[in-house]
Amino acid sequence: MANMRPTRNPMPSQEPAKRAHNFDEVALGYTEEMALDEANRCLHCKNMPCVSGCPVNVHIPDFIAKIREGDYEAAYQVIAETSSLPAVCGRVCPQENQCEKNCMRGIKGESVGIGRLERFVADWHNARTDGAVTKPAPNGHKVAVVGSGPSGLACAGDLAKKGYEVVIYEALHTTGGVLVYGIPEFRLPKAIVAKEVEGLKNLGVKLETNVVIGKTLTVDELFELGFEAVFIGSGAGLPSFMNIPGESLKGVYSANEFLTRSNLMKAYREKPVTPIMKGGKVAVVGGGNVAMDAARTALRLGAETVYVVYRRSIEELPARKEEVEHAQEEGIDFRLLCNPVEILGYQNPDDPRDEKNGFVSGIKCIRMELGEPDASGRRRPVEVPGSEFVLDVDTVVISVGTTPNPLIKKTTEGLEVNPKGGIIVNEDGLTSRDRVYAGGDAVTGAATVISAMGAGKKAAASIDAYFTK
Amino acid sequence: MYQIASKKILNPTVTQMEIVAPLVAKKAKPGQFIILRVDEDGERIPLTIAGADQARGTVKIIFQIVGATTEKLNHKNEGEYISDFVGPLGKPAETENIKKVCIVGGGVGCAIALPIAEQFHALGAEVTSIIGFRSKDLLILEDEFAAVSDRLTVMTDDGSYARQGNVTVPLKELLDAGEQFDLIITIGPLIMMKFVVATAKPFGTPVTVSMNPIMIDGTGMCGGCRLTLTRDGKKITQFACVDGPDFNGYEVDFDEAMSRGRMYFAFERKAHEETCNLFKGAK
Repeated sequence: MANMRPTRNPMPSQEPAKRAHNFDEVALGYTEEMALDEANRCLHCKNMPCVSGCPVNVHIPDFIAKIREGDYEAAYQVIAETSSLPAVCGRVCPQENQCEKNCMRGIKGESVGIGRLERFVADWHNARTDGAVTKPAPNGHKVAVVGSGPSGLACAGDLAKKGYEVVIYEALHTTGGVLVYGIPEFRLPKAIVAKEVEGLKNLGVKLETNVVIGKTLTVDELFELGFEAVFIGSGAGLPSFMNIPGESLKGVYSANEFLTRSNLMKAYREKPVTPIMKGGKVAVVGGGNVAMDAARTALRLGAETVYVVYRRSIEELPARKEEVEHAQEEGIDFRLLCNPVEILGYQNPDDPRDEKNGFVSGIKCIRMELGEPDASGRRRPVEVPGSEFVLDVDTVVISVGTTPNPLIKKTTEGLEVNPKGGIIVNEDGLTSRDRVYAGGDAVTGAATVISAMGAGKKAAASIDAYFTK
Repeated sequence: MYQIASKKILNPTVTQMEIVAPLVAKKAKPGQFIILRVDEDGERIPLTIAGADQARGTVKIIFQIVGATTEKLNHKNEGEYISDFVGPLGKPAETENIKKVCIVGGGVGCAIALPIAEQFHALGAEVTSIIGFRSKDLLILEDEFAAVSDRLTVMTDDGSYARQGNVTVPLKELLDAGEQFDLIITIGPLIMMKFVVATAKPFGTPVTVSMNPIMIDGTGMCGGCRLTLTRDGKKITQFACVDGPDFNGYEVDFDEAMSRGRMYFAFERKAHEETCNLFKGAK
């Protein structure tokens, strides 16, 4: 008989007042008792609505059943059948819009904490595995993977398990892509990403950092080097700005730059070698997960006040619910239904050499109200005339999306892209070029870790089908 | 890890190194840049490529010791290694249809201007070079420029060597005398490039400038290297790492670029001092 308590086990977390000042992981994970109790809330519905809500169709009731039996390793193996990065996805998936949204328990109470259970199982496995694997026998085929983010890691892993010789080319000096430069330590500890990468190495995957495909080597040169297929998982590209006055003032960052400085370049450390503006008042513009990450990073870097400026209301906020709640608990000041119109800068009229000249002094916003629904189905925000106001800030972080990186497209003849610059693929993940596959943000524009991971797996299956047909 | 194949002190503040990086050497073209990290946990810094030797698989860099990272790099010796070296990044300098070119270099910018002058010379263009330095002891690459230039003028700010004055002085004389350059290419401090553009403007000569803003990834991801350009009367944002580093000098907002370049000035000065002290302590 299932546990019919309407509420789920809360996630143990660091206290908000404490965690706002450190970069340690916020959510601490279920204990075994909590996991068993939560697993007992699953009704094992016959039609498994949760599974259809998962972008990679993890067999959710099956892995939860294994938890109930206390066989956590078996539970992990169930997840691993369809997911490459359980410890990552258990932490960063927007479960409330995916599996948990469809959970029957959610109708009269809270849905089963599927993501939390996934994390428990993955952490249990990772704490006990020594990473030793039996390398599969080589099948004689060579595949190049471009980018070591979620799609590339997933594609490489699946191919390596089938005996392919796989080389991952990474442009940065560290592997992990957005999992390393984008998502902060307090949400996804880098040791977890490193463990996934280590797992791939044990499978025989080679990782080449400091190689920019499209520059150092082109896709065509990869074929000349003997690779028989190429997967492009190069991720999202250049940050978008708002095209409002003041965006080039000192103290204005794209979220990509702000997070890269803190996460990849470790600017959050006490004596960083890469500088970042710390402290003061910060405004983050945007409402996605990246905006939440930037706001909470700014807080941990010592900001006295952090605003999130978002033009729609809390209901439309696209970020993961848990991140929004965590941000609110930590004291992030949400200025909803507000849109920036100008970033203001300091200029000393008497002293052109004043060191503060050209730095941000504030952000001018206008209040918005929600009008008719737009193409996305969300109510379109419209400006309230005459409602401008100024927030005094020292730093502005702009988190309004990205446009695809042009480097590979420019140097790969015959590679078709859509009007937004995303690489066009068919249902197999195949691009307009023979044996060139693509997936993740390079195809879809900014999306989730799990959909990128799913695309990498799909491409791996297509590549394998090509060589085994 | 990338080995330092050779090291040469060009003057008290400028050092030349060749780094073993065969893939980069194979592709490197004048005008492009690389990004390096000296050691694990180090800063990423962009440096423009000063030459490449495909046969030896080496890439030449020439850098001025201005901050903590270049200080650390300068303490590395031949045979030692740096942890990261990636490139070639950015677009190569455009050389097509240029028969008569004027290269205006300032300070360490001359190191980047030289391979461009060499390329034009090799393509058969008429090359006029104007190179400027603060003083005689900072002079670099004079013989190398002389070898590929049909005409070379050396300037020093303080008059301690060759002609005294700014690079814009001989440039203006040439233009006043009716010289018709297909293109002026200028590489050096922002303030110098700004005035080269201002000098050429009345004559309508096209000017290409080489921008080196603050960068992190250098691959079109962070947006830190953005510049404001005015094109067809409209302000646009461009990224030096993927759209540049060369731009039409008449379009670039130099004042903004100069201001942005000083964003971390205080931090960098302190970090450089601390690094210097560290090396002093080690001796």
